[in-house]
Amino acid sequence: MRVTHWLTVVAFFALLVSGCEIVVSHPRFYWGETGNVMVRPLFTLPIPASRKTVPTRYSFVAEDQNGWSRYLHFQAAWLAVLTGLVYGIFIVWSGHLRENLLPAPADRRWRAYGDVIAKYLRRAPPDEAEAVSYNVMQRTAYLGVIFVLFPMMIWTGLAMSPSFTSALPLTVTLLGGRQSARTLHFFLTWALVLFVVVHVTMVVMAGFWNRVRAMITGRMAAPAAKTSIVAPTGQIEEGA
Amino acid sequence: MKPISRRKLLTSGLAATAGVAGLAVADRLAQRYALIPPDSGGFYGPGETLTYAAQRILTTHSLAREFPRSMISKAPFANSTAPPTDLFKQLEAKGFSHWPLAVDGMVAHPTSFSLGELKSFPVRSQITEVACEEGWSYVAEWIGTPLINLLHAVGTLPQARYVVYFTTDPDWWESIDMADALHPQTLLTWGMNDGDLPVAFGGPLRLRVPRQLGYKSLKYVTKLTVTDSLKKFGSGLGSMEPEYGYSWYAGI
Repeated sequence: MRVTHWLTVVAFFALLVSGCEIVVSHPRFYWGETGNVMVRPLFTLPIPASRKTVPTRYSFVAEDQNGWSRYLHFQAAWLAVLTGLVYGIFIVWSGHLRENLLPAPADRRWRAYGDVIAKYLRRAPPDEAEAVSYNVMQRTAYLGVIFVLFPMMIWTGLAMSPSFTSALPLTVTLLGGRQSARTLHFFLTWALVLFVVVHVTMVVMAGFWNRVRAMITGRMAAPAAKTSIVAPTGQIEEGA
Repeated sequence: MKPISRRKLLTSGLAATAGVAGLAVADRLAQRYALIPPDSGGFYGPGETLTYAAQRILTTHSLAREFPRSMISKAPFANSTAPPTDLFKQLEAKGFSHWPLAVDGMVAHPTSFSLGELKSFPVRSQITEVACEEGWSYVAEWIGTPLINLLHAVGTLPQARYVVYFTTDPDWWESIDMADALHPQTLLTWGMNDGDLPVAFGGPLRLRVPRQLGYKSLKYVTKLTVTDSLKKFGSGLGSMEPEYGYSWYAGI
């Protein structure tokens, strides 16, 4: 099931690159149902546009990349959703959700977060439990990405589909309109990018190659015993 | 590395066989229920096919959102249009009431209607949103003749699967499947916000397809061809959009 992680990595970067290209065709954001160049935007990105109808501070028009970007965006979205479904079913079925992602009963209080932050600030080495599983901060971050950011990303994306919203109009009216959905989709992207930056930074600090190898093969060299132990991700290897 | 056990080999083999068989069955079903878009080839084919099939299962009969009159955009955006073709200028000189709309292909009575005749059909109006693939949008009231009424008048044959539509610009043509062609909101539009449809917004005649992005709602429509296959039109990808690299189905 580690393969779902790497499929998500592929889908995420495809979505990010194609999403950026699509934004270039109209780097203005609005709130509510409608918005276009005749309306004052909520904010404008200081980048050139790939359409001559969009006023920018630049004297040139960027090249139009929307065709392949849109094809890629929706194909990668399917990959992300189908992978997410498989992963979601798997973490429930295998117990990974209960054992490694939901905070342990003793950690379900604010103090536990404070302790973890204090430990990070002291740059204390990970204790035994952290060597094989995630601490409460990591668990909360993963749960937020899996059950809040990712579903919200899909929801705000679908809320921009004229056909999908014809069948389920509440999906867009609850968000405040089509342009609100687009603006939320944009900010949610930044939240996910922030997660990826922190995630990769922590992997680098924990020993990049060892962790990446563990995430590919399921095995990680244990620093003390010089033997192989199964990494937390390895616990779900059997179902892969 | 662990050696692969016989059980694992057997189960993987069975799973792979089931997967291939499942794909073959899915393909047959998709063909039968018309769930495959004309631009399903190539690298992006799987994503396009999934999107189109999912929408056809989920949204064949659903209605695009309609808005209260108070939400009509005070400043709609016409977008840039290509310079008028010679054909457009000729028709404009003769007055738009003679604007022709020819209907041919798989119909019992191929007919050419003038804009005046088109207006004698029952009139419908709807307040719907135009959403461009670039991200912007506006709401307007659209007034016209539902395409379904015209198709009933000329008698579409049962094997019809698509309606191809052409404009004064030969490079600018599109097509929709029968689910959208027979949809009550698909409108041959000649009026906007209580007036004539302005030229910048597609006047005198625009085909509005409100459940898809703006680029399916072509301006200056002059001809409709009902067909069972899109292979003979252009490169066979369904419309000029896939030839420019954009997807044929724009309902997302």
